[in-house]
Amino acid sequence: MKNFIKLFSILVLFFFTITQSNSAEKIDYLKTDWSFKGLFGKFDRGSLQRGYQVYTEVCAACHSMKYLSYRNLGEKGGPEFSEAETKAIAASFEVTDGPNADGEMFERPAKLSDKFVMPYENVKAAQAANGGAYPPDMSVLVKARGGGVDYIYSLLQGYEEAPSGVTLDEGVHYNKYMYGNKIRMSAPLSEDIVEYGDGTKATVEQMSKDVTTFLMWAAEPHLEARHQMGFKAIVYLIILTILVYFSMKKVWSRVESEV
Amino acid sequence: MSDHEYVPSSKFGKWFNDRLPLLTLASHLTDYPTPKNLNYWWTFGGILTFCLITQIVTGLTLAMHYIAHADMAFESVEHIMRDVNYGWLIRYIHANGASMFFLAVYIHIFRSLFYGSYKSPREIIWIIGIIIYLLMMAAAFMGYVLPWGQMSFWGATVITNLFSAIPLVGEGIVTWLWGGYSVDNPTLTRFFTLHYLIPFLILGLVVLHIWALHVPGNNNPVGIDIKKPSKDTVPFHPYIVIKDGFALLMFMIVFAFFVFYSPNILGHADNYIEANPMVTPAHIVPEWYLLPFYAILRSVPDKLLGVVAMLSAILILAALPWLDTSKIRSAVFRPLYKQFYWILVADVLILGYIGAMPAEGLYLLIARVATAYYFLHFLVILPVLGFKEKTIPVPLSITEPILGGSPNLAMAKNKESLNK
Repeated sequence: MKNFIKLFSILVLFFFTITQSNSAEKIDYLKTDWSFKGLFGKFDRGSLQRGYQVYTEVCAACHSMKYLSYRNLGEKGGPEFSEAETKAIAASFEVTDGPNADGEMFERPAKLSDKFVMPYENVKAAQAANGGAYPPDMSVLVKARGGGVDYIYSLLQGYEEAPSGVTLDEGVHYNKYMYGNKIRMSAPLSEDIVEYGDGTKATVEQMSKDVTTFLMWAAEPHLEARHQMGFKAIVYLIILTILVYFSMKKVWSRVESEV
Repeated sequence: MSDHEYVPSSKFGKWFNDRLPLLTLASHLTDYPTPKNLNYWWTFGGILTFCLITQIVTGLTLAMHYIAHADMAFESVEHIMRDVNYGWLIRYIHANGASMFFLAVYIHIFRSLFYGSYKSPREIIWIIGIIIYLLMMAAAFMGYVLPWGQMSFWGATVITNLFSAIPLVGEGIVTWLWGGYSVDNPTLTRFFTLHYLIPFLILGLVVLHIWALHVPGNNNPVGIDIKKPSKDTVPFHPYIVIKDGFALLMFMIVFAFFVFYSPNILGHADNYIEANPMVTPAHIVPEWYLLPFYAILRSVPDKLLGVVAMLSAILILAALPWLDTSKIRSAVFRPLYKQFYWILVADVLILGYIGAMPAEGLYLLIARVATAYYFLHFLVILPVLGFKEKTIPVPLSITEPILGGSPNLAMAKNKESLNK
């Protein structure tokens, strides 16, 4: 039993290291405290709401978020805007609906059930407007990058003067956290580019943290439910395991053998 | 099978059992005499059954919401993750369940290697197991393609392209597999169909695997034939049921940590980018459980020979009962084999690690040495070892080592007497 546990844990450990090393080369990303990490990790509501503001006022000019609907903004475990606020947010966007009885398409204010309005008609239009680079959809962006939230958080703050010897083409910027260090997107955040309603100072660092938190939620809208259920499930399993262990000892005590 | 005839107690039971002996089967499974010295490495058979059932149940549920179409697959997965009730849970169990399945199957296979469970009279159990393992790899590979992310698409492209190494007909076969001139919608729909089919083939083979097991009965850590039933055995229920249950619960705790706290750690980030035939990812890496074979494939400079080496690495296992010439089953009594066994384990782990690294420089060199050693182990070391190795005397019954008596030479059969 002891041997078994020892070997099994070595295996699981190895398993972890192998998968960790899987994720490309190691870069030292900027670190910050993410409230959603850990066994009981939850989102910071204020940060999510501010993050939505940064997204909608800055990022959404180029980046779509096509898998989210306006109703998600009011759902449990998310930014949790009130119903009135969520409806107001939705109504501030125009969507094309139809065809109506006359066979015409028409514009109307968005409803809760509508998906987030996209900044461009299609990928080609997005590319044409951005010098050939497609601003990726942000719905699952955090999960689609090796470094996850740390990567996005760092990237937003990683703009620098290009070091001597690095030549940049027209419309390309230097970012020390970008793969290959060259990025089409110009530095999106600058101090006070948004004005937070709750009085939080809109520093680049603060906005980076807020919008990254928002992106994490967008990619994993059920993260809080997952953490809560996970804790319950594991506690339940541990208790059951202990009970079964003692039952097993009892049953096997009838045999002159060890378990 | 030495079960004494089972007679149902009720009249209806007897009537039914005379026509379809399900009750006899149930009685056989309950009473099945099992060596009482089985250690925890033997609990992975039960754990694997659990894994298979979990994959089938979650898979069926996912299939109700998934859309197998190149334009909609990625979106439908996001729909499952966001809008289907507990869809995220079902999908994360299914995705991590595949990894757990392979973790368990590798332990199961290496347990067999250590205790010589593949040897006579259990060759058929072993070969069925290898077929199950092959089908598992096929199912896992095709399952990974279904979310239609970048790694799905490019993984499918790389793996299906391997068939083009076949001389003359290779290109034709690849086109036939794709249903077109590149991986595209027809490929996705046929992969979905096969991904749905294979688990049921596996289920059928598992029944055969267990059936074949119940003919000679379980091997055991001492590796000797035991009389059944005897004081060396315990009935399957309750002894083995509760022990397997305990081990399964421990396994489920590990499983739950992955599902609830790091559900994406075993996957590749690129698979959250929708498939794009125009953009090739920087590194195309298969799932971790295929990495050792991927390393073998890449260690050979020639494409065709690489594919042959990779396939042989798996198929060679089927010949193992005949490659291993030693009559002693358990490595406990084979001091040399024991050492070579652990070298093989290290070798496979190294291959797995290298498989995740770029195939260049030192990595490539290590991969070549490790690949060569892998084949050396099975083709040279094992056959020779059976003749050269001086084994430790094997006890007559499993009661002896359990009671702690040192192996008594007078009571023990040695290798020579076994060979008679």
